[in-house]
Parts: sequence; C-alpha cells; structure tokens
Amino acid sequence: MNGTAAIAINNLGVYYRTVEALHNISLEVLPGKVTGVFGPNGAGKSTLVKAMLGLIPVRVGTVLYDGQPLQNCLEKVAYVPQRSQIDWTYPVTVWDVVMMGRVRKTGWFRRFSTVSHRQGMEALAKVQMEAYKNRPIGQLSGGQQQRVFLARSLAQEADIFFFDEPFVGVDQKTENIIFNIFHELADLGKIILVINHDLGESITNFDELILLNKELVAVGDRKEVLQEENLYRAYGSKVTFFSEMSSHLAA
Amino acid sequence: MLETLLEPLQYSFMQRSLIVAIVVGIICAVVGSYLMVQRLALLGDAISHSVLPGLAIAYLMGANIFVGAFVAGIISTIFINLIRTRSNIKEDTAMGIVFSAFFALGITLITTIQKDTKIDLNHFLFGNILGVTAADVRDTLIIAFIVISVVVLLYKELLFYTFDKLGAQAVGLPVNLLDLGLMMLIGLTIVASLKAVGVILVLSLLITPAATAYLLVERLHQVMFLGVAIAVTASIAGMYLSYFYNLPSGPAIVLVTSGIFILAFLFSPGQGVFTHPPSNSGQIAILKELKGLILANRR
Repeated sequence: MNGTAAIAINNLGVYYRTVEALHNISLEVLPGKVTGVFGPNGAGKSTLVKAMLGLIPVRVGTVLYDGQPLQNCLEKVAYVPQRSQIDWTYPVTVWDVVMMGRVRKTGWFRRFSTVSHRQGMEALAKVQMEAYKNRPIGQLSGGQQQRVFLARSLAQEADIFFFDEPFVGVDQKTENIIFNIFHELADLGKIILVINHDLGESITNFDELILLNKELVAVGDRKEVLQEENLYRAYGSKVTFFSEMSSHLAA
Repeated sequence: MLETLLEPLQYSFMQRSLIVAIVVGIICAVVGSYLMVQRLALLGDAISHSVLPGLAIAYLMGANIFVGAFVAGIISTIFINLIRTRSNIKEDTAMGIVFSAFFALGITLITTIQKDTKIDLNHFLFGNILGVTAADVRDTLIIAFIVISVVVLLYKELLFYTFDKLGAQAVGLPVNLLDLGLMMLIGLTIVASLKAVGVILVLSLLITPAATAYLLVERLHQVMFLGVAIAVTASIAGMYLSYFYNLPSGPAIVLVTSGIFILAFLFSPGQGVFTHPPSNSGQIAILKELKGLILANRR
C-alpha cells in the first residue's frame, strides 16, 4: 500500500480571468483522515479541488503528492463531481457508470478484463446497489445516483478521493453508507477530501477540516478548526453550527 | 413484388446511390448519437453549413472536394471556439455568427464560379445522390471505415468523456484530444453525407435516427445500433420512394426518418405520448397538452 503520502499545497493562487478566486493557500491533506472542505458559497471550495487536479489553470503555487506534482499522478485520483455537472438523462446504466472507473486502468483499445468486472461488482455491492446494475441512472433517486458514483470511484482502486458536495439531495441511508465507506478508506490510509457545506450534526464524521473563504481561514483537527472566531472569519456574523459541546450536555 | 424491388437495382447509378445512402445513414446515426448526448445538435448544423466555401475553393483549385469541405469545417469550429473563449459571447451565438458567415461566403463563391464551370449550387445544398461516381463511393467507404474504427477503438473513453467531462479529465484522460477526435468524426461524417443529402438536410440524418433510438433504448451503444437500423431502413425506403414516385432522394430519406421518429415519439413503450401519460389522471397526454395551451392563451 503506497497510500501513505500526503498532498502538500504550497502558496496556491487561482484567478478566473482577472478575478482572484483563491489566494495564497498552503496546507497539507493527510492520508488516513476524512478531510472536509467548508466555507460559504463562492468561497472557492470547488475551485480548490479543481485547481489541485489541474482541471482549471493555476496562477501560482504547487500541489505535490509524494514529492511529485499531483497532476502527474492522476491515475491514482478518483473524482466525483457535483450532481449539477452530470446530465442524468444520458443513456447509460448503473453498470456503465461504474465501469468508467476502470477505463484508465484498462488502457487504450482494450476491453474490460474479468478483474475489472469483478472490481465493478464488488464496488456496487459495497454501496448496496447490485440490484440496480442494469437500471438507467436517470431512474434512480438522488441518493442512489450518488452511491453509483461512489462505486465508480471505488472501482478505480484509487489512493486519493475527491468528492464535490456528495451529500446534496441524498437520503439518510445513503449518507450513512457514504460516511462508512469514507472511514473504511481512511483506515486503509487513503486521502479523502470532501467538499461540504452542511455545518450540522454530520460534521462530526470529519476528522480534519479546511475552512476557506477565498483564502485559508483554518486547517487542522476538527475541534480546533470549529472555533467561533474561525467560523466568524469564514462565514461572517450569522452562523449556527452543530456544537459538540451542547450535544454532550444533552446526552 | 420481388421484381419490382429488384427493378431499380439493374441500373448501376441506383446501385451506387443506394450504397452511399446506406453507408451515410450508418455513420450519421453513430456520430449523431454523440452529438445528441452532448447537446451539440446545433454544432452539426453549423459545421454542415460551414463546409460550403471549402467545397467551392477545392473545386476551383482542382483539389478533392472532400478535403476542402473538411478543412473548412475545422476552420469554422476553430472560429467558434475562439469567439466563445475570448469573449463573453455564448456558444450558440458564436455558432450562429460563424456558420451563417461561412454559408454566405460559400454561396457567393459557388454562384461566382458556377458561370464558368458546370457545377450546380443546388447539388451542394440538397445533395445529388443519383449522380455519385465510383470514386465517390470509394471515398465514402473510406470515411465510413475511419469513423467506425475510431468509435469502436475509443468507445469506452468517449463514453466516459461525453458523460462526465470533469471526471474523465480528473483521471488524466486526454480530454482535449478526445474532443478534437470527436470534432474530426463529426466533420468527416458531414463531408461524407454531402453527396447524399446536401448541407441543409444532413442535420436530420445526424440527429433524428439517434433521437428516435434514444426514445426506445437505454444505453449509448444500443442507441447507436438501433439508430443505424433506423437510418438504413430510412435510406433504402427513401431511395425506393424517390425512384418509384420521382421524388428528390435526399428529402425522401429525411421524410422517412422523420416519420419513424414521430412513430417512436407517439408510441415508445417508455416515453411515448400515447403510451406513457405523464400523470395518472387517465387523460390522454396530448389532449391535456392542448387543453393547457388553450387555457394558457386565455389567461
């Protein structure tokens, strides 16, 4: 298992035309932890992930994984985009989507191997979607669709997982399945970076937090990051968040 | 009956045009499936109109008109992308600007050279399938071979790319190359179709069989196979209709294709207007639509 290296971001800056989207971001994303990226709308959460992967141009700074530019190790990366990026009326079945996770490993001009088929089936079983294998993705609920994309990333056997807002429009069952898998992956020493915006109870599922608002507000252990002054700096005055303190008192 | 069906085949021009119609139908259905799922139907229209000046210039220079048309198609997509990326103008507007400009240039050029040569603007606009030569058949077959080979070889990558561009890019697939490859396929297919249906009607061959199949099946490769079956049926039926009733061939093929689409639209088991009412009120969907329209107008 070579999934023990961290991702090191150094002095990252991103511009959209002339507008500065991210300024001077430096942080580490650690393996073996479930890391959440939080911040208000327009804070640059998606931009950060896209810039890390080289999906959008980076003005300054470096993103290194195991001492190499992350962009040179993309085959180790599984990325699940936001729901809104996907055309859910596209004529594909659940199985077609899961097997997309095997495209890069399979290589050009080749058919999927039996190993790939087995990986696909195992991934589907993990998210409890085997029964839906031959369904068109458009016929599934939002939570089921999200689980299919999670299965695609599992089938990829990646070391680094990026999820952009995976909990938007999903049911409680799906949320539990997804968090369980995140923790399993973390225990295997993988890097898991999850963009989220919900500061409610589910935040306790994250080990580390990155708090963003165009620049880095705070990064580190969840409890250290979730300080009132950090949240104030990220979100401005009005913010209510799930307080572990009060839940302990209630319990 | 059989004799009637075999009768047109004794003419070699009918044999050639039938081959071209069928082959063009096949590649249009396959490539059109990508256009449809990517919402690029307008791009197909834009490229087909934009190839006209290329045809004219190639004709003037004595070059292969397929090559000229292809080059013009590529240049037009470059212009469209240039306008789209270097300004805030949206893609559909950029397409409208470029393709109408190219189309106008093409018509001007062809009208000018028409006087000195024996070419006919109408043949470019509406096709001249009965006039295809053995060399045209050969060129069409070569293009079809290239197009189908590329789609078969790159199928899983193109499926991933057209479904989830960001996801494909994130695992390191060369998305710009795939995009260029797709544009090449579209350009080649349009160029091969010009003889059959001309620049104006080629859009129908590209998107209607694919759209019809999309109403009936649920996976991209099934859309392609069924689209091919629909396109081949329409090509043969259209050619026979045009032979027996003396109709223009290109439009006859397009009308048959459109007829099949209407049948699928009305009776598709999954999403037909008659077979799949959007509500469970028991009312036939089309009546409800009409009622809605009338009520909306009264308001």
